Amino acid sequence: MSAMGAVFRREFSAYFATPIAFVFLIIFLFSIGIFTFYIGNFYNNGAADLSVFFGFHPWLYLFLIPALAMRLWAEEKRSGSIELLLTLPLPVWATVLGKFLAAWVFAGLALALTFPVWITVNYLGHPDNGVIVASYLGSVTLVVCFLFTVAGASAVMDAFQGWAPPALVEVVSSFSFLTHFTAITAGVIDLRDAIFFFSVIGLFLYANMLIIDLTKSG
Amino acid sequence: MLEIEKLTKRFDAMTAVDGLSLSVGQGEVLGFLGPNGAGKTTTMKMITGFLTPDSGTVRVCGHDIGSDTLRAQVRIGYLPEGAPAYGEMTPREFLGFIAGARGLHGAAARAAQDSAVAHTGLDAVMDRPIETLSKGFRRRVGLAQAILHDPDVLILDEPTDGLDPNQKHAVRELIRSIAARKTIVISTHMLEEVEAMCSRAVIINRGALVADGTPASLAARAPSGRLDDLFRSLTSTEEVAA
Repeated sequence: MSAMGAVFRREFSAYFATPIAFVFLIIFLFSIGIFTFYIGNFYNNGAADLSVFFGFHPWLYLFLIPALAMRLWAEEKRSGSIELLLTLPLPVWATVLGKFLAAWVFAGLALALTFPVWITVNYLGHPDNGVIVASYLGSVTLVVCFLFTVAGASAVMDAFQGWAPPALVEVVSSFSFLTHFTAITAGVIDLRDAIFFFSVIGLFLYANMLIIDLTKSG
Repeated sequence: MLEIEKLTKRFDAMTAVDGLSLSVGQGEVLGFLGPNGAGKTTTMKMITGFLTPDSGTVRVCGHDIGSDTLRAQVRIGYLPEGAPAYGEMTPREFLGFIAGARGLHGAAARAAQDSAVAHTGLDAVMDRPIETLSKGFRRRVGLAQAILHDPDVLILDEPTDGLDPNQKHAVRELIRSIAARKTIVISTHMLEEVEAMCSRAVIINRGALVADGTPASLAARAPSGRLDDLFRSLTSTEEVAA
């Protein structure tokens, strides 16, 4: 556990060692603001909820999360420090998990910094804060699963709808992050949605460990 | 302390290390010699567990690097080729990370760090990002990282490459001062270095052992009595034949 903590702390502070952390935070906060208030017409909706705000999250993650995640191993390979990291007496799972948690916590920090939106909606009306908390939780989980968001986009579903049997449409859409995320943003944390997100996380972390093991065999 | 048995590694059609066997005991400083591409670095990567061999075993203080990896890695200090580090960190942060990753905390971590810093003369640059340091200092950060946890086995891949004569001297002194308690393997191209600090030298060519003995006995095998003449005669003839 302490080994994982060491990897986590190094990785997390590495974000702040270069401007990448601040560039990311600024771009994320600016774009989520523009999307919510201008494109999403937050004020004209006349509803005291943040569904517009959360609705844009998957689409922003699609572009911004790779900026956080892709450097985790790529930088190690480029600088050769991977050789140092993998010859320290650290279990591979601790290294993989430590890196993953650093990126996740950083994304969580970015999300936490959107709190003015939450203050705004509370100032203007009486939103259901339980729903907002659930949506934040869903959003921070979604961060991990951003890559497959597109699989649930309506365009994909429409393409299936025409000819595929309804059961197949159901199966494909059940694999979609968006479907599960939308369920959570409605304020319902269903065990099925939670299991879905955490199995996807587990699956990809396991794949990461296998790939690291493969690099060892040259 | 370090036992290597029939170690073999192939990359596609090329055999980088070919059935290499070697045993190094405590107190020995082994000079690991060979031309570029002979398999020195590949062998060191397999000893430290970064690469998995195609066949053969490596045992570090009795622990198999393949099946008992972490316990073997605990005993090893490793300076990889080119002394890679996290450039954005300062030596203080970097050594702090290495200490944490090796399970050292609090006073033990501070004592280990102070001793490694004193041995490598890093005091002046402790708070400057590693990427802004000179090549010599970066190499010394790599050395400090390798000796931080007082390992039984030290694997150093070209520790004096790019250092000026004063720095080379300091590294030799460092190695000499800790050699008695440790098993040290040093790869180098500088043959005079082997004569200055190694108690034993092996020459490998095309992944196989071609000579093994004290630097003096190896030098005596050449008609001229010089180690670099033996090195050339053992490693360049095959080049011509190929």
